[in-house]
Amino acid sequence: MSGALLSARGLRIAFGGVKAADGIDLDIAEGEFVAIIGPNGAGKTTFINMTTGYLRPQAGTITFAGEPITGLQPRQIVRRGIARSFQIPQLFTEHTVIENVALKVAAHRGFWHGLRPLLDRPTTAATMAILDQFGLRHVAEAKATELNEGTRKLTDIAMAMALEPRVLLMDEPTSGVASAEKFDIMDTLVGALRARGVTAVFVEHDMEVVERYADRVAVWSQGKILASGPPAEVLNDPAVLREVIGVEVKHAAGGGHAHA
Amino acid sequence: MGRNLTLPTVLGIALLFGLSFLAPWLKFVFTIALAKGLAVLGILLLLRAGQVSFGHALYVAVGAYTVAFTRPVAGDVLILLPLAVLAAGTVGVLVGLFVTRYRDIFFGMLNLAFSMVFYSLLEKLYAYTKGTDGITVVRPSIAGVMLERVPYEWTMLCLALTLAVGLGLLARVFLASPLGQALPAIKTRETRLEFAGISAKRVLLVSYVASAMLAGLGGGLIAMTTLHVTPLLAYWTHSGELVFIAILGGGGAVLGPFLGAVVFELVRVYAAAAFPDAWQMILGAVLLAIILFASRGLWGIYEDLTAKRGVRS
Ligand SMILES: Nc1ncnc2c1ncn2[C@@H]1O[C@H](COP(=O)(O)OP(=O)(O)O)[C@@H](O)[C@H]1O
Ligand SMILES: [Mg+2]
Repeated sequence: MSGALLSARGLRIAFGGVKAADGIDLDIAEGEFVAIIGPNGAGKTTFINMTTGYLRPQAGTITFAGEPITGLQPRQIVRRGIARSFQIPQLFTEHTVIENVALKVAAHRGFWHGLRPLLDRPTTAATMAILDQFGLRHVAEAKATELNEGTRKLTDIAMAMALEPRVLLMDEPTSGVASAEKFDIMDTLVGALRARGVTAVFVEHDMEVVERYADRVAVWSQGKILASGPPAEVLNDPAVLREVIGVEVKHAAGGGHAHA
Repeated sequence: MGRNLTLPTVLGIALLFGLSFLAPWLKFVFTIALAKGLAVLGILLLLRAGQVSFGHALYVAVGAYTVAFTRPVAGDVLILLPLAVLAAGTVGVLVGLFVTRYRDIFFGMLNLAFSMVFYSLLEKLYAYTKGTDGITVVRPSIAGVMLERVPYEWTMLCLALTLAVGLGLLARVFLASPLGQALPAIKTRETRLEFAGISAKRVLLVSYVASAMLAGLGGGLIAMTTLHVTPLLAYWTHSGELVFIAILGGGGAVLGPFLGAVVFELVRVYAAAAFPDAWQMILGAVLLAIILFASRGLWGIYEDLTAKRGVRS
């Protein structure tokens, strides 16, 4: 698939003896929604960390829009159009929700201007538009520390979206969110992403969410991709069922997961 | 932020002028206090990013010595002050490129190290600096006019006040800008800033250079007011004093540094006269009380008092 927007080849990284990426090959086409599933510790977050420049792969290459981005700094990769959200929301805790998102909006609109207010009219308008898309207007003035988990997750993703990326990588956008809220959050999210034609990769533990929102699912296991394809196929693959989803079901039954 | 500072500013200015008329020698105390306040305003910019410099006396001294060195060739305040700012800014860029790679205790200590190196240079290079004796500065002209001592002192007080108000306003605008708002973001989630495509180091460097220039300006004013400079200006206790004043005044608003500096200088002068052996203990106790009971400093106390009476704007 040479027309891929984002493409990983032979990514490898090990921490001590743990192979968190053991030859990852993945192609993501423009506009595609790809879900990543797999047990805890399989290397899903590590893949996002390598793609966004937080970790440098020990081997392999990552190409974005035909250009290599392997080993670039996070801020260089962001400027090319790859944004991410975090498994544990990373908000600016001294700021309000609107300020959190506005800082991201400002990041590519005259950030280095020291004499115009952050919340000037154009930035406020652009920020409010994003908050509206994510249903966050009612908490605009709330401090980041006062939000519940679902709202924190949404704010975290809204911050990434404010960068107007071509690709958005989301690390467990619905984890820690009550099941009842999950579909609401995903509806909001997917609506916003589709409206802007953003390509998305999201790590997900809930198979219902995967089936409903992913065009394709990639199954991670011990630093390798076990299977990849349409959800209907992959989620019924006996090997996947045995290796991953069985673990997932047990994992889900076991309640929340402590994981950084 | 967002709070109306006009009333307290006007009251403060009126008070400074009133007291200076009643006790003329206070002109000198207040000019020094405002000069230090400018340096502390610089400290405040860095505090917003959660960084404490224990070496900013370096820039005060660079500003002061620039005035002392260039006074013989360029004798006007309007030339000397910009030169002091320029020199401090230049040193700020050079040192800043290095120290802004570090955070917290390393940032603080590296600043301290640079200031100590400069202190020893001032002490050791006797041929240029006259060592610990220091350099006497001949009173410069102001906009081409040579003034007698008393009108000179009044003019310097007015100049210091004008600079304090102007730069306080500028700092306020800066702190509300994306760059200024990125400072607390460095404190809370620096990596997230990087994931927005912004170099946190560069954000900190901008503030660092601004803080160096403010301290250099303060140093220039001090040299023109005391008319004598010594290496002590760069000594670490002087750096600590700036941090002390920042905490005393409080970082919630740009008036904090000036409030803190004026109170500090007054306490120092009066306590030193009344209790020559105990005034440092008094200052220590005051700082302890502030940290324990009013962590937002004197400005925070003022805010609480006025909020209760509903004088909010
Ligand atoms: N920065 C790191 N340092 C050391 N070990 C790490 C680091 N990042 C991930 N790992 C390890 O790599 C493996 C994969 O982790 P991760 O990618 O977070 O898994 P997942 O997101 O699939 O749960 C785990 O064993 C984890 O402990
Ligand atoms: Mg993970």
